[in-house]
Amino acid sequence: MELKKQTLGSLREMLDTKQISAAELCKEYSDSIKAKDSDVLGYITVTEDEALKNAEKAQEIIDKGEAKALTGIPLAIKDNICTDGIRTTCASKMLENFVPPYDANVIEKLKAENYVLLGKTSMDEFAMGGSTQTSAFAKTRNPFDLSRVPGGSSGGSAAVVSAGLAPAALGSDTGGSIRQPASFCGVTGLKPTYGRVSRYGLVAFASSLDQIGPIANSAVDCGTILNVICGKDSRDATSANKPAEDFNAKVGKDIKGMKIALPEEFFADSTDDDVKNAVLAAAKKYEEMGATLVDCSMKSLKYAVSAYYLVASAEAASNLSRFDGIKYGLRGEGRTFDEMIRDSRTRGFGDEVKRRILLGNYALSSGYYDAYYLKALALKQQIIKEYNEIFENADVILTPTAPTVAYKIGEQETDPVKMYLADICTVTVNIASLPAISVPCGYNADGMPIGMSLVGRKWDEATLIQTADAFEKTFERRYSEV
Amino acid sequence: MKLYPTIGLEIHAELLTNSKVFCTCSAEFGGEPNSRCCPVCSGLPGTLPVLNSKAVEYIIKAGYIMNCEISRFTKWDRKNYFYPDLPKAYQISQMPRPVCLGGHVDVTVDGEQKTMRINRIHLEEDAGKLVHDDIERVSLADYNRCGIPLIEIVTEPDFHSAAEVIAFFEKIRLMLQYAGVCDGKLEQGSMRCDVNISLAEKDSDKLGTRTEVKNLNSTKAIQRAIEYEIYRQTELIENGERVVQETLHFNDATGETSSLRSKEDAHDYRYFPDPDIPPIIFTEEELAAIKADIPEMPEQRVARYTGEYGISAADAKVLTDSKRVSDLFENALKAYNNPKPIGTFIVVELMRRINLGELDLDNMKFTAEDLAKLIELAETGKISKDNRKIILREMLETGKKPEAIAEEQQLWIKEDNALLEKTINGIMEANPKAVEQYRSGETKVFGFLMGQCNKALKGAASPASIKAMLEEKLKG
Repeated sequence: MELKKQTLGSLREMLDTKQISAAELCKEYSDSIKAKDSDVLGYITVTEDEALKNAEKAQEIIDKGEAKALTGIPLAIKDNICTDGIRTTCASKMLENFVPPYDANVIEKLKAENYVLLGKTSMDEFAMGGSTQTSAFAKTRNPFDLSRVPGGSSGGSAAVVSAGLAPAALGSDTGGSIRQPASFCGVTGLKPTYGRVSRYGLVAFASSLDQIGPIANSAVDCGTILNVICGKDSRDATSANKPAEDFNAKVGKDIKGMKIALPEEFFADSTDDDVKNAVLAAAKKYEEMGATLVDCSMKSLKYAVSAYYLVASAEAASNLSRFDGIKYGLRGEGRTFDEMIRDSRTRGFGDEVKRRILLGNYALSSGYYDAYYLKALALKQQIIKEYNEIFENADVILTPTAPTVAYKIGEQETDPVKMYLADICTVTVNIASLPAISVPCGYNADGMPIGMSLVGRKWDEATLIQTADAFEKTFERRYSEV
Repeated sequence: MKLYPTIGLEIHAELLTNSKVFCTCSAEFGGEPNSRCCPVCSGLPGTLPVLNSKAVEYIIKAGYIMNCEISRFTKWDRKNYFYPDLPKAYQISQMPRPVCLGGHVDVTVDGEQKTMRINRIHLEEDAGKLVHDDIERVSLADYNRCGIPLIEIVTEPDFHSAAEVIAFFEKIRLMLQYAGVCDGKLEQGSMRCDVNISLAEKDSDKLGTRTEVKNLNSTKAIQRAIEYEIYRQTELIENGERVVQETLHFNDATGETSSLRSKEDAHDYRYFPDPDIPPIIFTEEELAAIKADIPEMPEQRVARYTGEYGISAADAKVLTDSKRVSDLFENALKAYNNPKPIGTFIVVELMRRINLGELDLDNMKFTAEDLAKLIELAETGKISKDNRKIILREMLETGKKPEAIAEEQQLWIKEDNALLEKTINGIMEANPKAVEQYRSGETKVFGFLMGQCNKALKGAASPASIKAMLEEKLKG
């Protein structure tokens, strides 16, 4: 079986028609992981025994004819999503041996479907980064070119889907961490509206921006997973109580008359020509399908990265304070509390995490709070306003997912500011709490995938999936050769 | 130069919710170390706080009873600092938008009424406890208290003596108990007081440098700490030295304060809005419903007791100074609506038993209805008033019903004329001299003869019938 080309739909059919058992399917992926993950380095923890047990249980359900959408479907989970009894490291030495005594809400929901857990995927440490090279355990490589980064922070999740080491995965997105690696690895990634999916059990990076979402081989697969993981959770006060809906309900409906906005600032000179051209070609294709392209502008985009890094780092500095070596995680040495806490954090955190903690604490310090944090919040309001104005005259917004394709390992990591600026295309979506999906839309001369992002109105994932699917059906996708 | 103290307070009170403020763990006091905590209140990664709406209701009640303005929009902030008893390394509290703003409470000190202003009241979570073992040289953390809801009441610097502070502290403690918001158990740390104190010349428009004494958990400690600080700061100023702005710890054993940290070492708490807890907007209807649910306050009860029931001001104060006593009185009234004898009996007899340690209102063996019945039996002439005490003693020891005790010990007034006549005849025969004295006009011996009859009858006849028959017989 060509695992890379499988969708959740094709696997569902094979399982339901008994062409393959859940255990056999699980074994296919386990074998694939064994054969290829030493090259890709997508997983931190592979849960082979657990997976087989899940699969056998799932088979009983399938045999009874009671299978749900994800029953018996193998999935990979980003290693910042807590799994009861299974190590959850956030790719940090700090949590190297941390085994949560509880499941994240999304895991409970997947378990209720009897999914199969293949393993926990690598990421940038505490989801801070865009290359997965800050992982303390598995510096994941891009399946299209092993000398390149897979993007990040959900680089492990994107890479294992791209390499056929899982048919789909969960990632988390704070400033582009689902969409950018999906783009770099040539797969589809959906960041839902803030509040759509419970954050309970997601180790917090920036609480007002974090959102769990799927990475898969198609927009429809993303919708299938979102159908399962969404919903109000009494343990997350920021999760929204929205009526149940099928996010794939609009798939196949004509997009004629749909208005697609292209904000000019996203196509500026800082974006590679290859990327621009591929996204504009996709826009042209939409036009051919009957959509109307709308010119528009987002004036405050130039401030967005600064605003994002202030808010995200401030929240991160506070969220990561609990890692002090006292209750769990790496414990340092010292004669006093202060010494012990300092040593734990010095040894437990990597450079990028430390940099953001410093930045965040600086922004929150008395005397600087008004100048930085409050200004960033004001910019947030401005960005929301500009999005609202665009959506007055458009149904979705089309932008590149990243200004470049995946770069070479070691090429950019030395310059943090350059790394931060590369988030320009994705961060405004998180700041404005909007849903967005990244879809492969082309390949550059080196054969590296290019992704485009569709951004929707709040709670309008269904239109995004419909629009993304319409393009995917016309697009000849390539698969990695790993 | 006469130095004049100016004092402001920060009072922490634990709320009486069943569960903690951001998780569903029990908020009860005590328990085996770390038996009342969960992934949320022990700060495990990925967990999130969800606000307990009961705690919000309670702080609103606290605000209303202290005449505060309730914010229509309120939100929570993180106060960031590292300490091993604070598992998240930040405390969820409120900075710019507390639930309650600007209030006041009147207190009477030495017969003079003063208005003490409240600056704000906000809702926050308590931290855990550290236990230091000096022999093993380890410190252990107990997170049972983590996440217990606390309100912090911040006053204006309106106090100028320890007596004013104590009067205020006791008054709000009683009001919070009446409102059902805080149990006020100081020995369990349910209320703790931080005292800010500075000295200046009486008519100076500038305040002196202040110090803050932290975590005083008894009225005695509050009094001693204030007196010590006034003494210490006076000495410094009179010796031409400077008072240093610092945070102090009060040592109960020595009665002295010592420095915890100076102004220079003060934390920068890096407050910012907690992104995990959405702000709350209250509607007028919600607030009105909470306000309507506030029970009667002690002052209102005193007014009712003296006004409607004709109880003396002194007795009314005794009856209301403890919520449990007052509630017992109220409940007894529901069973037998005769306030004066019930009130007097509680003030005289019950309070005596409580003060002697013979009765614990938290663990009473009898009910308010039993107490009402006891008074009713006496008031309706079924038993004598003296026998109430005998029955009460039995009630508080065994919890038996008053009727059962009267029956067992034969304490009923029998209204048996034959017995009465026989007894009176016996007493008159045994005391011919007194009878003669009475008949010759020395009527004051009547009391003696009456007493003798009472003693002999042991309550089997009512004083009225004894008196009537005795008078008749003495007339000859």
